[in-house]
Amino acid sequence: MLINLADSYFSAANGGIDLKEMNENDPLVVLIHGAGMDRTVWFQQTRFLSHHGYRCFAVDLPAHGGTEGPPLETINEMADWISSVIERLGGPAHIVGHSMGSFIALATAANHPDSVLSATLIAVAEGMPVHPDLQTAADDNLPKGASFIAGWGHGPDQHLGGNPTPGLWMIGGATAVVENSKPGILSLDLSICSSYEETLQQAQSVKCPTTLILGSRDKMTPRRAAQPLIDALTNPTVVELEGVGHMSMTEAPKEVRQVLLDNFSNS
Amino acid sequence: MVEPDAHKFDTKSLHAGQRPDPSTGSRAVPIHQTTSYVFDSVDEAAALYNLEVGGHIYSRISNPTVAVLEERIAALEGGVGAVCTSSGMAAFHLAVATLLNTGDHIVSSQNLYGGSHNMMTFTMPRFGISTTFVDPHEPKSFLDAANENTKLFYAEVLGNPGIEVLDIEAIADAAHSIGVPLVVDATFATPYLIRPIEHGADVVIHSLTKFLGGHGIAIGGAVVDGGRFDWAASGKFPTLSEPYDGYHGIVFTDEFGPQALSMRARAEGLKDFGACMSPSNAFYLLQGIETLPLRMQKHVSNTHSVLDLLDKHDAVEWIRHPDHPSHPDHELAKRLYTKGSGAILSFGISGGREAGKKFIESVELASHLANVGDAKTLVIHPASTTHQQMSAEDLSTAGIGEDLVRISVGLEDPADICADLDRALKASQR
Repeated sequence: MLINLADSYFSAANGGIDLKEMNENDPLVVLIHGAGMDRTVWFQQTRFLSHHGYRCFAVDLPAHGGTEGPPLETINEMADWISSVIERLGGPAHIVGHSMGSFIALATAANHPDSVLSATLIAVAEGMPVHPDLQTAADDNLPKGASFIAGWGHGPDQHLGGNPTPGLWMIGGATAVVENSKPGILSLDLSICSSYEETLQQAQSVKCPTTLILGSRDKMTPRRAAQPLIDALTNPTVVELEGVGHMSMTEAPKEVRQVLLDNFSNS
Repeated sequence: MVEPDAHKFDTKSLHAGQRPDPSTGSRAVPIHQTTSYVFDSVDEAAALYNLEVGGHIYSRISNPTVAVLEERIAALEGGVGAVCTSSGMAAFHLAVATLLNTGDHIVSSQNLYGGSHNMMTFTMPRFGISTTFVDPHEPKSFLDAANENTKLFYAEVLGNPGIEVLDIEAIADAAHSIGVPLVVDATFATPYLIRPIEHGADVVIHSLTKFLGGHGIAIGGAVVDGGRFDWAASGKFPTLSEPYDGYHGIVFTDEFGPQALSMRARAEGLKDFGACMSPSNAFYLLQGIETLPLRMQKHVSNTHSVLDLLDKHDAVEWIRHPDHPSHPDHELAKRLYTKGSGAILSFGISGGREAGKKFIESVELASHLANVGDAKTLVIHPASTTHQQMSAEDLSTAGIGEDLVRISVGLEDPADICADLDRALKASQR
């Protein structure tokens, strides 16, 4: 659906519930996708949360998915935009970010504390250096860049299959999401990720409860790379998912749903 | 430069879709011969029924054995998902019924399996869906036949029975230029020989009964969702991009993005029409797919042996196979089908209908039956069997003369296949 925001619109999925029928007293949840992706990476969580007592919106960042407009060029600009989305939707909100989205969630929690009830950071690390071959592929050959992300982004089990949603091929789904991104967006997002160096500084100023969901087989943001961030946050909850790669929301959807429910109810 | 981390085709043929069974350690895919699945809780049941979470409810909608097959086919084709059906025709129907409504229109290649031609000519019009048939060689012919109600272009990647080679990218570009998808039937090719999604096709239909299964013991079909077509931007597909009351207002493109077609086809098409695949058939078809790469190599090499025989035979008037230099699409085939363009061929027999009949009745190793893609060599006379419901004019348009004999080359020793065909050809001339 398209939701107006100032003089523009943004695209979001909310489980197919008419906005007028959403209970404004239900807690707000905003899900933030990663580099070159869009709202649909959350399809295993969005509709579930919207039918379990939350006003859940998986949003498309500007120039991603169904949201038009020029892309935002820094994590802090994206955090400002998320804050305005939360205000538009009647926040504050529990925010959940994946990969680049986890940087955005962290920055939103740090820069806009009144907007955020809790922050859940999935597949996060102190920094996200991008392999030069991936950056080159993203610059020049989007299908190849998409195949890099889908290939490296999933744990070994997911390369065999066994999707909890019958008939869907997880690697193919992730590849298509990235391949469908607008020209230049994956390249820009990756360069934003690799140049972002404010995680520790922002982590130290976050006041809301934080949860980190980390995959034991994540090649893109390895578990050890998250430790400085964990040390910088105040009493974060850390959940490690065995055998899972960079795409916990789709690789371990049930576990992620449960972590989110526990996190929201405790915040 | 490093390479993407992904299993190769042969590995996927054996493994995609399955991890060893966690409760029993079973290495082979278990046959889940069950109609239904115990829910953990009332809440879980409600969430499953409401598409909030993934999982199995009832085997008409999904089944764990069938799901392995669906993932494997999607993986081999490079799609985002697949929905398996009771037959290839059911798969074609499922794709059309998921995407189109009364008043909609299809532009289709004229060179098709007779059953598909029949469905579009006689059956779909009863439900308000019309079709215009065109020469598949020219993108312009598709565009000229399109109108404001056109919702998809349809073609076989290797036509039946003339084995016309579809320039997938050219027809896909034409389809996309008017905001509609290209749906292709790739049964004759299998993903081993070509992966149409990589060439721009949006949906791939398979009769799994043929080369993918390969053994001729199980009927089945599949709709493979390429995940690249933007259904919402097209504005022509309300079943995917507008609220669906059947699931409390869900908008499939909003929630599922590239998997919208797969999800709607299952949630509506399999649930309501019910043309599901049985778990035992899925098991049989999986056994076939495990050896798909090896079998297709042998099918192609045997086909080349048969082409050599026919090329020199006095009883043969003409040969139709894209790997043969006489085929009009030979150059295109060389570009698209680097591993060979399949194991179905046709030829014209000297003496026309009577000679054709004698030939069919004289083969001893090859089987005369209405199928292709078996491990065993098959022969048929299309004008009197698979395409017999087509008018003389339609037969002529589709390039099916009364002298045409179709062969599906099997996996026997090529010397035995050739000896049998040679003997029958000689007998046909007496």
